[in-house]
Amino acid sequence: MTIYRMRVNTRTLSAVAFAATLLLATAGCKKKVAAAAPPPPPPVVEAPPPPPPKAQAPRIDSFTAEPTTIQRGQSATLRWSAAAATNISIDQGVGAVQANGSQQVSPVNSTTYTLTARSAGGADTRSVTVTVNAPPPPPPPPSAPPKVTISSADMLTREAQDIYFDYDMSDLRADAQRTATANAELLKRIFAQDSGFIVVIEGHCDERGSAEYNLGLGDRRATSLKDFYVQQGLPADKIRTISYGKEKPICTDASEACYQRNRRDHMAPAQ
Amino acid sequence: MKTRIIAVFSVLGAALVCALLLSAQNVTTIIIQKGEKTVIAVPDMRGTGAAQQYMDVFNKTLWDELDNSGTFRMAPKTSYPLNLPQQPSDFKPPALFSEWARPPVSTNYLAFGYTAVQDNQILLYGNLLSVGQPDVQSATVFPTRRYYGPLTSDGAKKVAREFAADILKQFNVMSLSGTKIYFTSDRTGTKEIWSMDYDGSGQRQLTNLKAITNFPAVSADGKLFAFMTYAGGNPQIRIHTADTSRRQTFINPVSSTVTTPEFTPDGKNILFAATIDGWLQLMTAGIDGSGMRRLSNVKAIEVSPRVNPKTGTDLLFISGRSGHQQLWHMNLDGTDREMLTSGEGDVSNPSWSPDGHHIAFSWTRGYEPGNFNLFIMDIADRKYVQLTTNSGRNENPTWAPDGLHLVFSSMRGRVTQIYSMLADGTNVRQLTTQGNNLQPVWAKGTE
Repeated sequence: MTIYRMRVNTRTLSAVAFAATLLLATAGCKKKVAAAAPPPPPPVVEAPPPPPPKAQAPRIDSFTAEPTTIQRGQSATLRWSAAAATNISIDQGVGAVQANGSQQVSPVNSTTYTLTARSAGGADTRSVTVTVNAPPPPPPPPSAPPKVTISSADMLTREAQDIYFDYDMSDLRADAQRTATANAELLKRIFAQDSGFIVVIEGHCDERGSAEYNLGLGDRRATSLKDFYVQQGLPADKIRTISYGKEKPICTDASEACYQRNRRDHMAPAQ
Repeated sequence: MKTRIIAVFSVLGAALVCALLLSAQNVTTIIIQKGEKTVIAVPDMRGTGAAQQYMDVFNKTLWDELDNSGTFRMAPKTSYPLNLPQQPSDFKPPALFSEWARPPVSTNYLAFGYTAVQDNQILLYGNLLSVGQPDVQSATVFPTRRYYGPLTSDGAKKVAREFAADILKQFNVMSLSGTKIYFTSDRTGTKEIWSMDYDGSGQRQLTNLKAITNFPAVSADGKLFAFMTYAGGNPQIRIHTADTSRRQTFINPVSSTVTTPEFTPDGKNILFAATIDGWLQLMTAGIDGSGMRRLSNVKAIEVSPRVNPKTGTDLLFISGRSGHQQLWHMNLDGTDREMLTSGEGDVSNPSWSPDGHHIAFSWTRGYEPGNFNLFIMDIADRKYVQLTTNSGRNENPTWAPDGLHLVFSSMRGRVTQIYSMLADGTNVRQLTTQGNNLQPVWAKGTE
């Protein structure tokens, strides 16, 4: 209901406005009734010759670089659009170009490119700058490593290999003899550079024997390796032995793989 | 059909179990005691006034002491008459002890009494009656005895233990109250020597060497203990006093390994194993290391010399001279050397019973390497019984001073703990819980 009434009101208003406009127009007409005499016509003169066609000035519509900032080694694209030019060029070694075009540039340092458009009618120039960020400097070269000799203890720790044994056995298996031979060579080098060096052979066992029997077995294993080294020409007085029995296992699983890892001779520098 | 088979099997099974029990019992009676176990009834006692609050701990302690002695069959409390006696005058003719002597109680002995507070102490009146007698006077094993203790829980335990010890003495059984168990524990992160009371209470750290320290041994008088330690580099033996753990002089032999110490019964000498030319060999010396002497000379590992506590002249030891580690016996002068076990499996940890008649040891016979079980052998006829089966790796059995109990270590899962039990394999009690605990030795207390 309300909407309907509003519409009626709007129409009513429109009609009133229209009527007012008509009234105003009628009033204007009435004022033009008293007109003056027309002025004389202008004198006839000869028309001047049309000016010679003038040469158009060249115009650069756009000249951009995308992106405007690059890292050294990257490239940017110059884009331009020019009109009414007979000669268009970009400096910085780019040279003559077409009216519309693009060009990749890879400046080493920050560079301002200037586009020049020329014609008989003049010249227009515009410039863009491609900013080149130098990459962060590389770390300084490492200082020369100090000339140090590896300590005998470190040599032993790094290079000596554990010797492994069969269950309840203390003689060196074929693979153990090869490893022991390599260890003997290492010990010869160590003793040569460090005459005061003492090596300790630790004998270890898996967990299955009694604690006290394993002390004896660990002693057997350490003695067995010491005897081998002495046969290889190493000095007996620089080789000590200690049995840890089953007191220092590498692993504690109840599996043959773990048992084998624990049945070993390990070498350590004397404290 | 199915039911019938099951029935047959269950009958067979029951017969088998009975046979096993019987055979075990026969062996046990041979080893532990002659004849049937004596029955004892121990009704709960009550306390007057402030004593009553400690009666739960008192009654439990008294019961456990008598039960764990292995001497008695405990008549179950549920079978007792309603009116419990508190003093001998409670028994009146003509009934007297008949309620106790006849079924369902059917006891031989009756321990009873009560407690009261006197001079701010707990006072126990303890009685022991033999109920098969015609009158109170002839039934009285010992007249009412008085026991005093602090009016505390510990005081109640003390009087209960003293009363139990007096009862056990009537049966020629020694109370373990006051005895100590020495052992190795890694609960601090390193193996050290510890001690505890016979029931696992009062655990105390004796060494603090922060190096692998193990193989405790205690002198017969309980005043010294010996052990092996890596504290000085290579493993060596040290001897300390039991009371204050003060180090005594002991000069080790020059050897890469010195281990498994043991005192001779007279406390004057020590036996041990030391590595000579790469082999652990048996040796003996004074307790200061003087007069060192070699007991074996063989290219075999020999450990754990254990002198007969009764004779002091012969010893058990473990030797690999025949191949596998086996149990051997010889005289201290090296004569009459003889292997006691069959040669099968590996043997370790021999221990003499206090009377020198039996040997407890661990053996892998019938099992994979490392799966040790406990055995007891009668040294006279070499017959042996197996005490443990399918209950972990059991090692280091040693006899209690009463000759009835054993303490041992058992690895069940990946943790090793110490247990005590009767020498027939029953009454198993776990004594330790923290860390790994092993190598127990049962010593007479010094207190």
